[in-house]
Amino acid sequence: MDIFLQQLINGLVQGSVYALVALGYTMVYGILGLINFAHGEVVMVGAMVALTALQALLAAAFAPVLAVLFSLMLAVAACMALGYGIERIAYRPLRNAPRLAPLITAIGVSIVLQNLAMMIWGREYHAFPLPFNNGLHEMGGAIITDVQIVIVLVALVMMAGLMGVVHRTRMGRAMRAVAENPSAAALMGVDINRVISATFMLGSALAAVAGLMVSANYGIVHYYMGFMLGLKAFTAAVLGGIGNLRGAMLGGVLLGLIESLGAGYIGDLSGGFLGSHYQDVFAFFVLIAVLVLRPSGLLGERVAERA
Amino acid sequence: MTQIPLLEVEHLKVNYGGIHALKGIDLHIAPGELVALIGSNGAGKSTTLKALAGLQHCSAGKLHYEGHSLHHMPAHQRVSAGLALVPEGRGIFARLTVAENLHMGAYTRNDDEIEADLERMYTLFPRLAERCAQLAGTLSGGEQQMVAMARALMSRPKLLMLDEPSMGLAPMMVAKIFETIRDISAQGVSILLVEQNAKLALEAAQRGYVLESGAITLSGAAGELLGSDAVQRAYLGA
Repeated sequence: MDIFLQQLINGLVQGSVYALVALGYTMVYGILGLINFAHGEVVMVGAMVALTALQALLAAAFAPVLAVLFSLMLAVAACMALGYGIERIAYRPLRNAPRLAPLITAIGVSIVLQNLAMMIWGREYHAFPLPFNNGLHEMGGAIITDVQIVIVLVALVMMAGLMGVVHRTRMGRAMRAVAENPSAAALMGVDINRVISATFMLGSALAAVAGLMVSANYGIVHYYMGFMLGLKAFTAAVLGGIGNLRGAMLGGVLLGLIESLGAGYIGDLSGGFLGSHYQDVFAFFVLIAVLVLRPSGLLGERVAERA
Repeated sequence: MTQIPLLEVEHLKVNYGGIHALKGIDLHIAPGELVALIGSNGAGKSTTLKALAGLQHCSAGKLHYEGHSLHHMPAHQRVSAGLALVPEGRGIFARLTVAENLHMGAYTRNDDEIEADLERMYTLFPRLAERCAQLAGTLSGGEQQMVAMARALMSRPKLLMLDEPSMGLAPMMVAKIFETIRDISAQGVSILLVEQNAKLALEAAQRGYVLESGAITLSGAAGELLGSDAVQRAYLGA
């Protein structure tokens, strides 16, 4: 078995998830200059809603594919509503407050969502039911599952779709305009609040998809799962250059690869002293390295804040 | 002037914290008129335009536009009502292409003449046609001013407000911009022109107002203002 290729595949799969979540961070940052620390929790809620829906639909003897599709749609709808609500209730009243206020609020929202999820879905780990057989494929000595193939493909489609929305639609153009100069955008007749709401909803929809992906890949759902995932996706966004969409995608995939290759080889490199459970160290090592060496990220502009 | 004004401003006051930026100004603009608002730095010219566009909260006073009050209308709705502001510093979207900037100008429209208007802008500013696929941030200052004006015109405004369109431009470019302002005015668009370059503005305008530390101190026909001793002394260095 080829460890390198295997870790490459695992990294690509995990990186696709990071990329989708990182897009949510970067979109909100691009438009508001706010780091929405509650975004990881939106992923978790997406996973939880998908789990509940899937269990119910499978119990009602729905066809497996339909059940998965419907639960995905439900999770997306729920997360879009949640994203809209978070911005409307927690961030909009603080739009003109000093920057620290919405940041702390974001952490507060994150804790509230975690605890709500704990009250609704409990503290235990839930098994995520896969309604079909997860086939294995061998590729040059490495193994890739059906679920992993679907994750990478769906992530690619979602990212292409997002780029299409942002670069080819009227709303996307308005988003880019608001991100660059909100008052000039208002002078064009753009309702800034609507554009900001749309941005949160779009990011949350991606988060819902990502939530279903991680759950299906690991087979486990837990109320705390959004925390670490959110931090790592944030790291990915910073790595790519926060505020930059292509950067978020690149950063996500790179972080996934760094993490999984690092975890794969750390045992050998440290002579067995450190094991693969040190995987999380890599993400935060990357975060520190980027902040020290290139704070604007790989694709970020060196220009400071908007005037 | 017996015509009903397009825009009428009564006792407009704007306070920034404790500072009275506008101390109750009155002005009006008739349909099709080109009106200049001149004054030195910090007199409140830009504040006036921002208040009219809805970017600045007014502490007191009345704004009537086509007989309706603008008081509670947010900035983005004033655009569809026919008010367009080319802000100080132009406010172009540097990371959007020239064509995308112009499309942003037509954001509130959903008629099928947008493409035709786009072509009209390219005829008005042939330089922009050459650069339509270029990012607006890569253009020169004069070209950016063209983008800002063309973008404002894309909303088909009844009242176009220009904040210092000559600022930072080479003399050739200033002449070109003012020629365009006269053209736009000749097509029937009302224009409120804010300028530090009093001579240029008053030569183009029909009427003018002089703003000094938040109050209007002089008003009248542009030719008279241009000839008046006070304006000569204060703004034209005669």
